[in-house]
Amino acid sequence: MYRYTEFDTAFLAERNRQFRAQVERRISGALTEDEFKPLRLMNGLYLQLHAYMLRVAIPYGTLNGAQMDRLALLAEKWDKGYGHFTTRQNIQYNWPKLSDVPDMLDALAEVGLHAIQTSGNTIRNVTADHFAGAAADEIADPRPVAELLRQWSTDHPEFQFLPRKFKIAVTGSPNDRAVIKAHDIGIQIVQRDGRIGYRILVGGGLGRTPMIGKELAEFVPLPDLLPYVEATVSVWNLLGRRDNKYKARIKITVHEHGIDEIRDLVETRFAETKAAFNGADLELFDEIAAQFLPPAFRNAPAEAYDRAYESDPVFRAWADTNLSAHKAPGYAIAQISLKPHGQTPGDASAAQMRVMADIARRFGHDELRISHEQNVVLPHVHKSDLPQVHAILKAHGLGTANIGKISDIIACPGMDYCALATARSIPIAQEIATRFDALKIEHEIGDLKIKISGCINACGHHHVGHIGILGLDRAGVENYQITLGGDATETAALGERTGPGFPADEIVPAIERIVEAYLEHRESREESFLQAYRRLGMAPFKTALYGAETGKKAKAA
Amino acid sequence: MSKAFTPKVITANALLEGDVIYLAADDSWVRTLTEAEVLTDEAVAQVRLLDASSRHAEAVGVYLADVSLGAEGPQTTHFREAFRATGPSNYPHGKQAEG
Repeated sequence: MYRYTEFDTAFLAERNRQFRAQVERRISGALTEDEFKPLRLMNGLYLQLHAYMLRVAIPYGTLNGAQMDRLALLAEKWDKGYGHFTTRQNIQYNWPKLSDVPDMLDALAEVGLHAIQTSGNTIRNVTADHFAGAAADEIADPRPVAELLRQWSTDHPEFQFLPRKFKIAVTGSPNDRAVIKAHDIGIQIVQRDGRIGYRILVGGGLGRTPMIGKELAEFVPLPDLLPYVEATVSVWNLLGRRDNKYKARIKITVHEHGIDEIRDLVETRFAETKAAFNGADLELFDEIAAQFLPPAFRNAPAEAYDRAYESDPVFRAWADTNLSAHKAPGYAIAQISLKPHGQTPGDASAAQMRVMADIARRFGHDELRISHEQNVVLPHVHKSDLPQVHAILKAHGLGTANIGKISDIIACPGMDYCALATARSIPIAQEIATRFDALKIEHEIGDLKIKISGCINACGHHHVGHIGILGLDRAGVENYQITLGGDATETAALGERTGPGFPADEIVPAIERIVEAYLEHRESREESFLQAYRRLGMAPFKTALYGAETGKKAKAA
Repeated sequence: MSKAFTPKVITANALLEGDVIYLAADDSWVRTLTEAEVLTDEAVAQVRLLDASSRHAEAVGVYLADVSLGAEGPQTTHFREAFRATGPSNYPHGKQAEG
């Protein structure tokens, strides 16, 4: 894992000292809210419906045990005993008091965490595949690149007043778990003739105008990577529309100018940026990469795993859903579900955070990851330790076996917390999970990703959910629109709207009808919901939702 | 004839705690909607809003919210204001816990 240098530590201490003084001036009345707001947003502090909200970055989703322990301390000492992990690999605290925030930031700095650029029109927390450094299908660990980008983008003087926010995601695997096609820039590590390079996508994004990212460059070698990304952001910084907030993101710039024109402009600008880089970035990259070497994996028998798998059906169910293939023999990637049926997706109590930190130290080479799907990952667990890990998780409400299933729902905070929301998300997620748990058909249904947003800004990624749900305010009443066929992976696709939305008390039955239609029409258990939708189209689902007449029209169209 | 003026209350978030506050008739900020001053005259409402908005060191994001008049004082007319008045629905961590 990356360890802060003296420079990093001093930089962060100085930023926190400045913000402490800014908070003091706000509280004394020397600063108005208009003056203070940009300052607090630069440090991740929002004012939401019921309280302030502090958004802390978890760079590329990687944490060690000490950092997770510190997140628990913040939850306990300055919040209401829990934190909320988000789709941006951040953690949000929902109840801090303004006067406590400087102390919270100092406490985070002690373990190398911060809230810088988790808001505002800057380059945001760089996200990455949550299986980074562990996945069996990985070409290279994406985190050294993500860390390099973080250092380059933090306080970058040219990019502090961008037309709008800017999000970068990196994956080191061909199977995309980082949703790179829905980011302003998506970076995919690729291999050509034995050389590592970077495929650059641009102009993806969700929100009110969802777009799938387009290929800007097929193969950028490492020495060109930072200058190329800098050239891209730089082109948009000049070209991007500042006249209209809703047209300011790079996806609109790419859409309006076309990918070929953008590529030409980036190439021209790249000639300048490349000349300005002197190779210091490459030395830095080597220093960073040396800190992300894999841990010393052990070679041990896995009989304990096999025995538990044979004899304990609860363990077997968890192993079948929550484990993924690891690159090292005898190891597995274990996902800890933060989606117990009926609970708030992505929430963990301080006690649970400490349990996860402890497991990571004892069984997981002191590494944890936060996934954009709002779960926690133990990236390196030897299979022989898994029965013990599972027993501890189960004892603390962390043993839910539902990764990738219908109750593993992404949900934004929605109107329960967020000032921008137009409807609630969390209760809908809770009700869907509770309902399908009661029906006992979750595992029969198989892989099905539901994603819920409480407004058009799409923090809950509803456009790329197999089933997407968007909460809106229709004449003063919560109303939920459904989209089908979205896909967040390397075969990314935007979901298609089924038709009119449903009120809050009808949305769960509507989802149930969609699932029943899938179970009825699928060719076999092996055909997933998404595959069935791609084969069948919208018609049978429309019929299930709105009746036979509407379904027939959909088929004819 | 012009449209009848919908009764309003003045609401904001407290500067330090960030929680929802309402302006009472005695110019103090109160935590519960039922204690808020109900404004039924548009001109008065605008003046009260201007005065409240100038209290930078106490309140953030001051605005007028629609209410209806019930037996126990003002009541919310939109679900957003209802959530602000009570707190989130997934935990009893908001105003509903303060009772």
